[in-house]
Amino acid sequence: MKLKNEKLAIALAGLGIGIIAALLVLFGNPTNMGFCIACFLRDTAGGLKLHSAAVVQYVRPEIIGLVLGSFIMASLNKEWAPKGGSAPLTRFILGFFVMVGCLAFLGCPFRMILRLAGGDLNAVFGLIGFVAGILCGVFFLNKGYSLKRTYKQPKLEGAAFPIIQVIVLVLLVGFSSLLAFSESGPGSKHAPIIIALAAGLIVGALAQRTRLCMVGGIRDAVLFREFKLLLGFIAIFVAALVANLILNGTQEATFFKLGTQSQAVSHSAQLWNVLGMMLVGFGCTLLGGCPLRQLILAGEGNTDSAVTVLGLIVGAAFCHNFGLAGAADSVNDAGEYIVGGPGINGKVAVILGLIVVTIIACVNTFGKKEEK
Amino acid sequence: MLDARGLSCPEPVVMIRKAMASKANEYTMVVDNVTSKENVTRYAEHQGYTVTVSENGGEYTLTIKK
Repeated sequence: MKLKNEKLAIALAGLGIGIIAALLVLFGNPTNMGFCIACFLRDTAGGLKLHSAAVVQYVRPEIIGLVLGSFIMASLNKEWAPKGGSAPLTRFILGFFVMVGCLAFLGCPFRMILRLAGGDLNAVFGLIGFVAGILCGVFFLNKGYSLKRTYKQPKLEGAAFPIIQVIVLVLLVGFSSLLAFSESGPGSKHAPIIIALAAGLIVGALAQRTRLCMVGGIRDAVLFREFKLLLGFIAIFVAALVANLILNGTQEATFFKLGTQSQAVSHSAQLWNVLGMMLVGFGCTLLGGCPLRQLILAGEGNTDSAVTVLGLIVGAAFCHNFGLAGAADSVNDAGEYIVGGPGINGKVAVILGLIVVTIIACVNTFGKKEEK
Repeated sequence: MLDARGLSCPEPVVMIRKAMASKANEYTMVVDNVTSKENVTRYAEHQGYTVTVSENGGEYTLTIKK
């Protein structure tokens, strides 16, 4: 595909994805959470009883759809290729701490865009941290950072992750009594299964074709002056913003509210919005893509990305089992506004995450060079 | 011959960018996935090179010329 066509394709895909994200909120997802890979993996971890936070337990069909949409599209285009072996445990650890950063901020890079499109100005601080983190990653990429090569894997190895998604879907539809379901909080708010699954399939297929990546957009613009992926990022924002404004004017629920106070599933502890997303930007640049991109690559047969997603899921479970996740702003019984954000455990985890990610970057940049 | 097989993006593009510092008129790079093929092609074309691609068993050999 020529560059002009590539840019048109990713812009159209971004517009479509932005509209789908806004519509998922109309159909029942939490506000500004049409898609949030971090939140949905956390909810899925809860649904599978890997953590016991009662308000965030629901096996999200969107995740299943994203992986299977990518798998189907990659298979149709003969791009499905089982491969792996590029520092899988390092990727697991990076995935773990990326989730710590996401849940300190309360959202992945995808939701950061959707929060901006819903008027949540706390996400501006997240964006500042995100860009700073990507710049840190780009510094190491320029110095030679690499997690080394991947190698061909058996077909079953590459197919295992998509197969797991089918099994989880069967559990959700046919054996739901085995799973946990939130009765209140964000986990209780969701679009009908068929709509959420269809949305995931469509977005998964579009993201596979266009290589959409929230981290890649900013990384490539800085590293190569290449703006294709950034265009997708901007298109999602524009489409979701316009859709939110239209829905705000036609529906009872709030789809757009400008400001930093009382935003949905969001906090105004700005230092931790910055540092949380800095950890996400840095970690994802070292991983080669945002959480959405990891799901898409896992669907394409990349087992390193599948291991990364497992790191994200385990990270989510740890965040809720050990009180690392940020709390949303709230109003107490006396009517006072309480600023949320991560508690002391979460703050320590974010700082520790930045240290660990920096060590991983240094070791894989300045360590003994392997043959290239 | 620049061997970028098994490397994930953006590493192949970083590799060709560093190689292009030598200002040579021709480079050959081999990659093993479509995304790297597209990204390296796009970058090389931005730098004023023309790129021809030949595929062999899932590996792509990119001939990059001024």
